[in-house]
Amino acid sequence: MPHDYFNQELPLEAKRSFIFLSLLLALLFNLLPLQGIMLLLRPDFVSITLLYWSIHYPQRIGMSLAFMAGLAMDVSNSSMLGQHALAYCVITFFGMILHRRLRLFNSFQQAPQIFWILLIAQFAIFLTGLLGGSYFPTWYYFFPSVTGALLWPVISFLLGIPQKPKSDPNEL
Amino acid sequence: METVPRFFRAGPSPQVRLFFFALLSILLMVMDARFSSFAGMRQTVGMILYPLQRLAYIPATLFDQAEELINDFHLTKEIANLRQQYFLNQQKLFRLQILEEENAQLRKLLGAAQQAEIKAIMAEILYVPRDPFNRKVILNKGSSSEIKAGQVVVDDQGVIGQITQVHPFLSEVTLITDKGHSVPVQVARNGLRSIISGAGKNNELELRYLSVNADIEQGDLLVTSGIGGLYPPGLPVARVENIEHDPSRDFAVIMCTPIAGVNRNRQVLILSLSAPIPEHPEEESPEEAPKHTTQQGRRSRAP
Repeated sequence: MPHDYFNQELPLEAKRSFIFLSLLLALLFNLLPLQGIMLLLRPDFVSITLLYWSIHYPQRIGMSLAFMAGLAMDVSNSSMLGQHALAYCVITFFGMILHRRLRLFNSFQQAPQIFWILLIAQFAIFLTGLLGGSYFPTWYYFFPSVTGALLWPVISFLLGIPQKPKSDPNEL
Repeated sequence: METVPRFFRAGPSPQVRLFFFALLSILLMVMDARFSSFAGMRQTVGMILYPLQRLAYIPATLFDQAEELINDFHLTKEIANLRQQYFLNQQKLFRLQILEEENAQLRKLLGAAQQAEIKAIMAEILYVPRDPFNRKVILNKGSSSEIKAGQVVVDDQGVIGQITQVHPFLSEVTLITDKGHSVPVQVARNGLRSIISGAGKNNELELRYLSVNADIEQGDLLVTSGIGGLYPPGLPVARVENIEHDPSRDFAVIMCTPIAGVNRNRQVLILSLSAPIPEHPEEESPEEAPKHTTQQGRRSRAP
């Protein structure tokens, strides 16, 4: 399988303000009042955004940021405090330890691997919820991981736009 | 003495960080679930998130307004309908007033406790949290409108749920379909008392602890019994949908459907009993209080 790793351009350093803005936007998308099938299919935008930043800029994003985002999600979701925080920390952890491996692939090839990471994070929420005494959800509870993986190329493209190196046509 | 050059320093390893934050979040979860501390923290985070929530709600409001604009064409018809209904209701209200006075007098004669007056505050459902583990909705009125935890939320047909958490401008309602929520009820037909609990699914309630030979039929209306002092008596809660007599079990499996539009309304009423509820001897959260009546509910009355 030929890697397009050698053709990859070196991206610019991400602005911290843009990271914050993207997380805020993801949170906004998570808070959209949806119903029915849309609610079931809606991916967890915050976890995807966190995963993107922890894969591409592991030095720029700390686990504390993931923890804070998780707390915000817990409050808005009125779940146990710390449930999403734990899941998001797990996501950034996997992003951090796998970032060198994942960056070998382009975003379409990354999607199946992203699916497993998202699933693990959802499983963390599911397990903590179970221990906290909630009911056993039906299988379609894990839908957001699938849609999240499917949306991964789109979201990683959008988040990567500001870091695109500006090529100068008049160069040399 | 720095052994690693500053340029390459990456801080603690991911494993160490994950361990630290996992411990922190587990501690938070335990504290939150077992001792329900951190109410203040929830409120502050909720305050910070409030503008974001309003922002997220804008598309829905726009959509609603567009829908309203279309509905405006049917307005004259609706006004006529409502006026008719108003007159019909007015007549009933007059009778209710007389009955209320008569009831108060009779109660005085009997020396019974005065029935608490009920105040109602209109609120709107802001959004539904996307957590499949609990059945909760967020309303747009909070402690700034004198909403307190434990108040009852109803719609035009019956009970929807109970306020469990109050933020300054928001409040959280646990729906009656939530698994951890129970309401003391009685069968409207014969006054049989019991506790109805959520099944954790949409539109499903469970009547537990009713013996197999209890006098209950399909289609029976269940109303709040008023025992426990949180719910005013006589509010419709559910209708019995299906009764299963499993001889291997002590209790009948009775499934009910809620009468109120638990998952379809936007406007709701928050009821508050003006008479203060007497304090429980032990410390208990308001959600657990109705469970006290479980013992009474089990003693099913023979018809």
